[in-house]
Amino acid sequence: MRHLLSAADLTRDDATAILDNADRFRQALLGREVKKLPTLRGRTIITMFYENSTRTRVSFEVAGKWMSADVINVSSSGSSAAKGESLRDTALTLRAAGADMLIIRHPASGAAQQLAEWTCEADGSGPSVVNAGDGTHEHPTQALLDALTIRQRLGDIEGKRVVVVGDILHSRVARSNVALLDTLGAEVVLVAPPTLLPTGVSDWGHATVSHDLDAELPAADAVMMLRVQAERMNGGFFPSEREYSVRYGLSDRRQAMLPEHAVVLHPGPMLRGMEISFSVPDSSQSAVLQQVSNGVHVRMAVLFHLLVGTDEAVSV
Amino acid sequence: MSAVLIRGVLLYGEGDQVDVLVADGQIAEIGPTVKAPKGADVIEAAGQVLLPGLVDLHTHLREPGREYAEDIATGSAAAALGGFTAVFAMANTDPVGDSPVVTDHVWRRGQQVGLVDVHPVGAVTVGLEGAQLTEMGLMAAGTAQVKMFSDDGVCVADPLVMRRALEYAAGLGVLIAQHAEEPRLTVGAVAHEGPNAARLGLAGWPRAAEESIVARDAILARDAGARVHICHASTAGTVEILRWAKQQGISITAEVTPHHLMLDDSRLATYDGRNRVNPPLRESSDAQALRAALAEGVIDCVATDHAPHAAHEKCCEFSAARPGMLGLQTALSVVVAMMVESGLLDWRGVARVMSENPARIAGLDDHGRPLEVGEPANLTVIDPASTWTVAGAMLASRSANTPYEAMTLPATVTATMLRGRITARDGRVIGI
Repeated sequence: MRHLLSAADLTRDDATAILDNADRFRQALLGREVKKLPTLRGRTIITMFYENSTRTRVSFEVAGKWMSADVINVSSSGSSAAKGESLRDTALTLRAAGADMLIIRHPASGAAQQLAEWTCEADGSGPSVVNAGDGTHEHPTQALLDALTIRQRLGDIEGKRVVVVGDILHSRVARSNVALLDTLGAEVVLVAPPTLLPTGVSDWGHATVSHDLDAELPAADAVMMLRVQAERMNGGFFPSEREYSVRYGLSDRRQAMLPEHAVVLHPGPMLRGMEISFSVPDSSQSAVLQQVSNGVHVRMAVLFHLLVGTDEAVSV
Repeated sequence: MSAVLIRGVLLYGEGDQVDVLVADGQIAEIGPTVKAPKGADVIEAAGQVLLPGLVDLHTHLREPGREYAEDIATGSAAAALGGFTAVFAMANTDPVGDSPVVTDHVWRRGQQVGLVDVHPVGAVTVGLEGAQLTEMGLMAAGTAQVKMFSDDGVCVADPLVMRRALEYAAGLGVLIAQHAEEPRLTVGAVAHEGPNAARLGLAGWPRAAEESIVARDAILARDAGARVHICHASTAGTVEILRWAKQQGISITAEVTPHHLMLDDSRLATYDGRNRVNPPLRESSDAQALRAALAEGVIDCVATDHAPHAAHEKCCEFSAARPGMLGLQTALSVVVAMMVESGLLDWRGVARVMSENPARIAGLDDHGRPLEVGEPANLTVIDPASTWTVAGAMLASRSANTPYEAMTLPATVTATMLRGRITARDGRVIGI
């Protein structure tokens, strides 16, 4: 594997290997005071964040540093992009500066894929590119960390019913999750008002679509709440925060409808009181912070797969 | 100007081979064997197809204002090489073609270049802002004798402004051409709203944005007793509305672009900015409906929407790429590939949709004429048996944003003649 651009590019074996290695990294680092593995010593990783991000940027940086890579962060405001340099030129510059890997977060859908094409040398060499979120397209490492969290909580993903709730239309997290969960054999149910569902969504893998959250909760093994951005309301996608919260929010009442074993996920940032009640994220069913720590281990596994290779076993 | 003898052509691709003698800007003689006068230029075209010169109702030649992407000279060269003898240049230039100063400049510049008649399209509203009507009467009365008005690039979205424009234009005997796009339905849109764009995370341009305006304008034209022309029809639903409107006797005509006949939104997967165009590439079912409608006559003509953009405006994030594709040099070949090779049109049909109908719609009386003695010699000689491979960098346009890069297409233009003068021959432009 050279790049990670879309969750749809991952075979079941790729994805399982990444999740297995993420667990190994977690075990290896458990309780260590010095969190440093020599795996990527001498490798240069550059993160390019053209959108605000806390958890994704930090977890990629931590993942790289814990594996002894040199990690350099570039943001759009502090770089030549602010002076009008094109994305292609910035990417070529970073390649010329010696990047082994480019990790990109960008508001334009397709930016990561384009970056991989632009930085590919004539002989086919060039840096690995990791999509850390491109517009409303994909966010594959988020899907991997969600899958890891579900697997840790439920023991397996195959045959599990995952209910994804919220702004599917604008969500790169939803797109990547639908692709990966489908590959891993889960049943996906997408719950949203029709205004927040993409055209043709009923043909996405084996996903089914519902507008009634209450009806989906009793059979759910996992429920993934997506953030709903305030500007969507101004765009007329739904009438008010109050109505959205009543119809699609994970309230305490709704949490009680979930089976006891079910796990609650949220990719963050959360709007407590809007799509999720104040107390649900802090309950024992919630895996919100486990998702964050898994984010580091999954990203370590992704860096390992792309820079070292899937054939190499993790020795830690 | 020396006489030209075109030897062995098939008029409209039909019947027996004939020789066609062109002299004094007209077709002078047609017969089984015509003797070349002394000094005549002979075009050996045995078995090739002779059509009236092609007419394009929809181009963007970018002059004035964006000469780095195209100008009237390079656009005219592309037109001549593509077999065109008349093109219409849209008004979304900088400054906008909303006054006789600009429209007369475009016309004069086209005549100066001399490769093709460049008819400026006047803007419908001042600055393309959709509010105040332009001085259509003054533009029509100027040197350019502007015959067609459009805010193309943007829609005349305000229904009252569109109503007044149609009514006013009817009094002048000029044509309003609408870029049908309800802007409230296409906020932020970069691609056809369908399963492909949804998966790729590209904001969608729904078919309804086009169809609702086409329906509205058909009804406005009916009540105003006016003519309306629909630019770049792109959906199967638009075809059904056009069919209905024509059945009602409404004076509505429509064009389709070569790219909407051939390409669909499956191309978006690469995020290549060259595939961004407005209206967007639709689904294959739409392309099929458009081809059928063109064959049937529900859609009247092909127009290229030739839209040059510089490399830096295309080689970027898909959502940042400027919409538009080159079309002048590939239009005929695409029409042959999609319409002739499939049996939907014969060569007489090609003459109809690429020359006669557009000339009639725009009110040109010297183009799209019959291939008869005494008619103006605006002609295109086509070799239907040859093929060529498209390379953007080799096209005459200053830009290279063709969606057909590396595709091998049928039919080449052997020669183009404007009022008896050869403007392009065997892939080379012949300037004045």
